[in-house]
Amino acid sequence: MTDFLQLLIVGISQGCIYGLIALGFVLIYKATEMVNFAQGEMMVVGSFIAWTFVVGMGFNFWVGLSAAMVVMAVFGFLLDAAVVRRIIGQPQFSVVILTIGIGIILRAGSGMVWGNQPLTMPTPFPGNSEFFGAVVGNERLAIIGTTVLLIGGLVLFFRCSRWGVALMASSQNQLAALYSGIPVRFVFSAVWAGAAVISTIAGTMLAPITLIEPLNSFLGIKAFAAAVIGGFHSITGAIAGGVLIGVVEAFAGAYLPGARETIGYIIMFAVLIAWPGGLFGRAHRKKV
Amino acid sequence: MSLLAVQNLSLSFGGLKAVDDVSFSIEPGEVYAVIGPNGAGKSTLLNMISRFYHPSRGEILHDGKSLLECDASEIPARGIARTFQNIELFERATVLQNLLVGRQVHNTVPDWRQFVFTPDIMRAEREHRRKVEEIIDFLEIAHYRDMHVSGLPYGVCKKVELARALAVEPELLLLDEPASGLNPEETEEMGFWIDDIRRDLKITVLMIEHDMSLVDEVADRVLVLANGRVLTEGKFDDVKSHPDVVRAYLGETL
Amino acid sequence: MRVLFKQSYDQDIRIAKHRGHLIWYGLLLLSTLCAPLFVGSFYLGELSRVMILALAGLGLMFVTGFTGQVSLGHAAFVAAGAYANAWALSRGWPSLAAIPFAGFVSMLCGLAVAVPASRMSGIYLAIGTLAFAIIVEDGIIKLDGITGGNRGMAVEAPVFLGFRMWESWQLYYLCLFVLVACIFAVLNFMRSPVGRAMIAVRDSEVSARSLGVKVARTKIFAFAVSAAITGFAGALFSHYLQFISPEIFGVVLSIQLLLMIVVGGLGTVHGAIFGAALVGLLETGINLAKDYLPPGIGSQPGLEPLLFGIILVGFILFEPQGVYGRWVKIRSYFELFPLYRRKTFVRQRSYLKTDRMQ
Repeated sequence: MTDFLQLLIVGISQGCIYGLIALGFVLIYKATEMVNFAQGEMMVVGSFIAWTFVVGMGFNFWVGLSAAMVVMAVFGFLLDAAVVRRIIGQPQFSVVILTIGIGIILRAGSGMVWGNQPLTMPTPFPGNSEFFGAVVGNERLAIIGTTVLLIGGLVLFFRCSRWGVALMASSQNQLAALYSGIPVRFVFSAVWAGAAVISTIAGTMLAPITLIEPLNSFLGIKAFAAAVIGGFHSITGAIAGGVLIGVVEAFAGAYLPGARETIGYIIMFAVLIAWPGGLFGRAHRKKV
Repeated sequence: MSLLAVQNLSLSFGGLKAVDDVSFSIEPGEVYAVIGPNGAGKSTLLNMISRFYHPSRGEILHDGKSLLECDASEIPARGIARTFQNIELFERATVLQNLLVGRQVHNTVPDWRQFVFTPDIMRAEREHRRKVEEIIDFLEIAHYRDMHVSGLPYGVCKKVELARALAVEPELLLLDEPASGLNPEETEEMGFWIDDIRRDLKITVLMIEHDMSLVDEVADRVLVLANGRVLTEGKFDDVKSHPDVVRAYLGETL
Repeated sequence: MRVLFKQSYDQDIRIAKHRGHLIWYGLLLLSTLCAPLFVGSFYLGELSRVMILALAGLGLMFVTGFTGQVSLGHAAFVAAGAYANAWALSRGWPSLAAIPFAGFVSMLCGLAVAVPASRMSGIYLAIGTLAFAIIVEDGIIKLDGITGGNRGMAVEAPVFLGFRMWESWQLYYLCLFVLVACIFAVLNFMRSPVGRAMIAVRDSEVSARSLGVKVARTKIFAFAVSAAITGFAGALFSHYLQFISPEIFGVVLSIQLLLMIVVGGLGTVHGAIFGAALVGLLETGINLAKDYLPPGIGSQPGLEPLLFGIILVGFILFEPQGVYGRWVKIRSYFELFPLYRRKTFVRQRSYLKTDRMQ
């Protein structure tokens, strides 16, 4: 029972990381109908920058994280404004290739700047907590807490704020949104900034647990699995998909060690076979 | 026997009855038009006949045999071809290639064998090409033969789509708003083509149209739909003065 | 500018459309045939690798460029071909049996992924195939008994009529033969009904269906053929490497293949070849330039992917038709000189339209 609880909490916290990266995908997809294959790389760059502030320059963890969030927000904004915006309206495939290319550049570039050796990051949440006998690191609980807060904020944002509605409008019809006075370009770039910030948070929260290295960007693929299971349209779906994969992985690691790395993909493939549009997605047909 | 008989056809999307108990039949050799205000269920009706939608109730008989067990991809083999309201051409291919896809139902060589271009494939290809050239001549699009579709003007695309449907060599042609997006001259020209198709190629035509001048020009009989139901059916001149039709188009107040 | 007067339908059906094609492609074939006479074994090896990449790219082009089904998992088929070939050779099969066997095994893998994948579309398909490739990579590690697991597996030299072919020129000719044969097979498919059906599925599934194209069957067919060609490439790749292990066939290879055909020019056979040539040139060029660069830059392992990423982004932004598209433009500039306008190839301005149904 204790083991079960422990695995569950570890799995949920790991899944929250997947979910947070997936959230970046979903945000960009919801707003701009683009799929950002560089989300994992953005997470790595974000955590490297946070490392530079916290370890390299000796700032307080929170100050460093906030500074990294600001830097990444500017980066995300400029990335869209300078590069991604140019191919709006071209087939989705071009966007996929473009963002894969951006990802390659970011991964290779961060390897050149920060080296390919893993870097360690101190945690502001030392120590462990105990629940009914299960001992869990506080940094894992912090991940879960952060995720819950972020999701709540985002859902409120999309439901209630003018900007959230403007965003949804821009995504459905760029031209119409432009004519109704929404600054579509600014909105799109802001979404990229938001996605970059979220992935920075994910990367920095994860850093004390896994170390920071360019290879971490492959977590992005797991996050894809999460987003696909969640159906790509839904914020809660992304987190649910991430948590599902995280928990299954944790249990597979304990009881089926051989399958730990692939179980997430197997689940995803199975989901896609049964529901080609994802679990929470609505299959849409083209109107003729 | 009627070429196409639609019997008590109904389809609802959620609570909305898009098509409600529609029956009509088309005789060989005629041009049959379906008109009605927006949202009357015309396109839904056509999509059910070409099997993109499945009716919740009713029957569609073609030559006395039901179409309902066919998939959309089996419809052209039954001798029925269609065009689309918003042009659905193969954008990154030439006009010629587009028309050759229309010959797909007449292909008899199994897929896997086509990696070697054996003499029988060559002969079949020449024959397909000859058929397609006849249609290109017929619709006078020879000028555009080797051009990519993506750069062609809208009116030409409409014609290419019509040509592609003719390449199937159908006995029944379904046209979804053949004149939408065309200017008056092009619309008039489209009328001539439809006339020619009926007269020279002996193809029966079922068309959906908003442009009353075109309907007046080519249609033998007209079916009027409103809110998914049949209002009336008959010759265009009789139909257009029918009080229900006037009300459906112009509203209750008149 | 060349003006063709067509006199028979056969002129459009033939692979070589006019005498110029025959002459230029004949010269190209001749020079590749003579290359071993003039080129040292290092560069022959490099050329072989480019041809293997081109072959794998051709396979991927078949399903992605011609049928519009994005696959991010083609490394799985390279791996299937490589391991099947190595296994068959280790059981004493001759290459005449082993290479077709590699293609066959790979084709079975292709069918396994194509049947479920034919229902997926767009981004779901890309990620589904990516997951498939990761699962296959893991499967190779788990099949320790046949594949040697993480330790890898040595590959014997190709055997023809009892002769072992150790020399690099022998492998070169083998690659050349398989590549040319596959190019012809693909060209024949593309001028046949099934090729047009594939194009139809790529450009509009709805109207393809309305014209009698069986969409799912066409996709599955394209996947199977694509996997078989990629499997041949895998078999040759295993000979080129002489030692194979699972990490060679990871996600990175899948992505590299896809990017290669995009940079080369999507939707053309030329694109697969140009893309492979560009990747080969880049790698060889960096290896050669390393000696002259300052050690801080030259020894960076990220240099090659970085350059490749920049080239890729540049192409997507400024020349989405790839190297081949740029080549066509340059050629028509000279053919039409001085009439060429920059607008000749400009496409319509496009806006983002949703494909969701609300």
